[in-house]
Amino acid sequence: MAKGDPGAPARGRRAAPRSRKATTGDPELVQLLTPSGERIESVTGPDGTEYRVDFTDEEYRGLYRDLVLVRKLDAEATALQRQGELGLWASLLGQEAAQVGSGRALRAQDMAFPTYREHGVLYCRGIDPIMPLGLFRGVDQGGWDPNEFKFNMYTIVIGAQTLHATGYAMGVAMDGKTGTDDGEAVIAYFGDGATSQGDVNEAFVWASVFNAPLVFFCQNNQYAISEPLERQTRVPLYRRAAGFGFPGVRVDGNDVLATYAVARHALDNARQGQGPSLIEAYTYRMGAHTTSDDPTRYRIASEVEAWQAKDPIARMKVFLEREQLADADFFADVDEQARREALDLRERVLAMPNPAPVTMFDHVYPNGSPLLDEQRAQFTKYFDSFEGSAH
Amino acid sequence: MSRIKEFNLPDLGEGLTEGEILAWLVKVGDTIELNQPIVEVETAKAAVEIPAKWAGQVQAIFHPEGATVEVGTPIIAIDTDPGAGPVEQSTTGASATDLPTPSAASLAAVEVAPTEGAVEPGLIGGPAPGGRTAVLVGYGPRTTAAKRRPRKSSAPAPTAPVRVVPAPVQATVPGNGRSNGVLAKPPVRKLAKDLGVDLSTLTGSGPSGSITREDVQRAAAPAATAPATVTTVAGSTASFGTDREQRIPVKGVRRLTAENMSRSAFTAPHVTEFLTVDVTRAMKALDRLRERREWRDVRVSPLLLVAKAVLLAVRRHPMVNSSWAGDEIIVKDYVNLGIAAATERGLIVPNIKDAGRLPLRELADAMTDLVQTAKAGKTSPADMSGGTLTITNVGVFGVDTGTPILPPGESAILAFGAVRQQPWVHKGKVKPRLVTTLGLSFDHRIIDGELGSKFLRDVGDFLTDPEAALLAWT
Repeated sequence: MAKGDPGAPARGRRAAPRSRKATTGDPELVQLLTPSGERIESVTGPDGTEYRVDFTDEEYRGLYRDLVLVRKLDAEATALQRQGELGLWASLLGQEAAQVGSGRALRAQDMAFPTYREHGVLYCRGIDPIMPLGLFRGVDQGGWDPNEFKFNMYTIVIGAQTLHATGYAMGVAMDGKTGTDDGEAVIAYFGDGATSQGDVNEAFVWASVFNAPLVFFCQNNQYAISEPLERQTRVPLYRRAAGFGFPGVRVDGNDVLATYAVARHALDNARQGQGPSLIEAYTYRMGAHTTSDDPTRYRIASEVEAWQAKDPIARMKVFLEREQLADADFFADVDEQARREALDLRERVLAMPNPAPVTMFDHVYPNGSPLLDEQRAQFTKYFDSFEGSAH
Repeated sequence: MSRIKEFNLPDLGEGLTEGEILAWLVKVGDTIELNQPIVEVETAKAAVEIPAKWAGQVQAIFHPEGATVEVGTPIIAIDTDPGAGPVEQSTTGASATDLPTPSAASLAAVEVAPTEGAVEPGLIGGPAPGGRTAVLVGYGPRTTAAKRRPRKSSAPAPTAPVRVVPAPVQATVPGNGRSNGVLAKPPVRKLAKDLGVDLSTLTGSGPSGSITREDVQRAAAPAATAPATVTTVAGSTASFGTDREQRIPVKGVRRLTAENMSRSAFTAPHVTEFLTVDVTRAMKALDRLRERREWRDVRVSPLLLVAKAVLLAVRRHPMVNSSWAGDEIIVKDYVNLGIAAATERGLIVPNIKDAGRLPLRELADAMTDLVQTAKAGKTSPADMSGGTLTITNVGVFGVDTGTPILPPGESAILAFGAVRQQPWVHKGKVKPRLVTTLGLSFDHRIIDGELGSKFLRDVGDFLTDPEAALLAWT
């Protein structure tokens, strides 16, 4: 499934530096690809870490392909909700680079804990993109095996997964799986709104004190549903890490290269036993929080337009074109692949069978329960009292 | 399924029951692509575009713009294979103006009013005891009738095996050994206390003889239920029943206005002051302005002068242009001047951004724009947000003034009444003069009587003698 996976940076064949200027960018915001597609060779973060990427031409193209596919599949899901085929959808539009950059920085052994918006990371983990649609269609509970793909189930409760991730990461450390260059790391995804949750702050405390191999990856998309960032914090979010005793860095979340570089660095620190860190991927949710809300009620058009100019895909395309890493055929091929995969996704969603109502009792307890058996029997009788019932 | 497919209005956001068709983006005969936006629908939550579910040709549109449509109702029919020749169905050729009806098959869902006792109260699918629907989470009880498949005719009557909960115990004697004497849940006890009902006098009809909410309500209003039939026999006098009442659902702009006004009226302590001024000179100045060549094409109205007066007065009293933020008062250096406008969709208050910086000519253009956009129903949410101070021109309705309610977040609003000829003492004699009354409501948490009065006085001074005020203040 992992199409165009850039994987770890190629050891042998390194691409020549492509930057026109090798300046250090704004230390407050790690950026390797500007909104206009200008490549910055390396950037020094607030703690002196130097961030850079060395991708092959094929890997650059792979990242672009990921971004386009992830966006297209997400748009198809939004359309399916509007057509009554999904109950709800949380679109990732605008956040593709933050998700693909961090998702591709993960190694096979790393474990990820998502929110309910990490469709891009899910894609990078090699999970069939149909999986979350069953959940949002209300016909199953998600469907993928978290242990097989090292990607936990979507978590709807805001911030709860950061505690799960902390516990998991503490377990990884206790199992002695950290401390080497090929150790295991854990990443927890959450949003800017979640930083106001007790759970997230508790997770910061525990991860820090137990030196858990955990990367807190905050996609700051500027709004907690309708609540703007200034109502969540008085300091930039990444600086909160200092108070808990681990490093924090802000990265341009619309820059897939910088996000990859920063995430890879933080994950490597974790796997080597150097403890947790916080990444604030500074981005913007271009669509609604979910299909149930109307963003025009709480934000102004000019703000959306300003972020449109920072689009993660557009800048990557400019870069590929300018450096002649890809031609028109490549872009057409990617678009065609996206179209085909979206259509395929649509057809498979429409073909999803409705579960028999009685299956709702199936996965409550691993070994059943007398009370539940009684309820199942009651429900079955009730259901059978209608005409046309057959199950 | 045939090649003609009908698209039903989906639930666009968790638990909605209806939507209003704002605009059709396609018409009958159009060829459309998969996922092409076809219609804009507004629900209680958002206005959204719906993409086409199938590619093909629009065969019929079932509801006009402005119609409120229930979720699950067909709104459009699409021929998914228009190249395959004519369709044998009767819907073919129907134009958008005479709206066709959807196929009978799509309406075949049988609506069955739940029969009393069909499902035991408290069981799955049944109402909670006491007639209320218990809600733990979600969107509250459904207000619409559920569409249910019919029960099997052979299905057993209420007494049959579905019944699992034991039948209510007929007579449990109250006061038999329990410390409180009766069985009743705390909310029921509270209700009884509120209604002054002594629980020990009641016989409970709930499980194990417990007293239910209904028991208490019945005990509290014994007279109300029984003699209802008597009043209807009252003879030939006019009926005052529901047949002569109209029920209008509160939604959209109406609901928004109601929410804003209630919120503002009950959070900001309003004070209103009035000032009647002679605007004869100002009206003459307006006439002279209209005669100037560079102003020939500009719409010049008395409201323009009022706006200018307000903007100049704000400059002299910046505190009026502020908002209450709990621990702080936010005083704004910019004036986003709101103009209340009555439109077909209801009251809206778009504002002119940074109006204080505009020269009079640009202010006039901005006001004309704003009014025309509002009348065309095209005012965007951005135009309506961020207002700092508002003028409401009630004079256009022919009244003298009013006590306007502040838009939420603003601390002053000026009502501009009708300008009419009235007897007025002018230079020691009573003369017919053009006179208007201004009404200023302000938030007393921020603005005291002194400041409010000074501000209103300045607006009045400008309207009495605009030339002198301009010379004196600018």
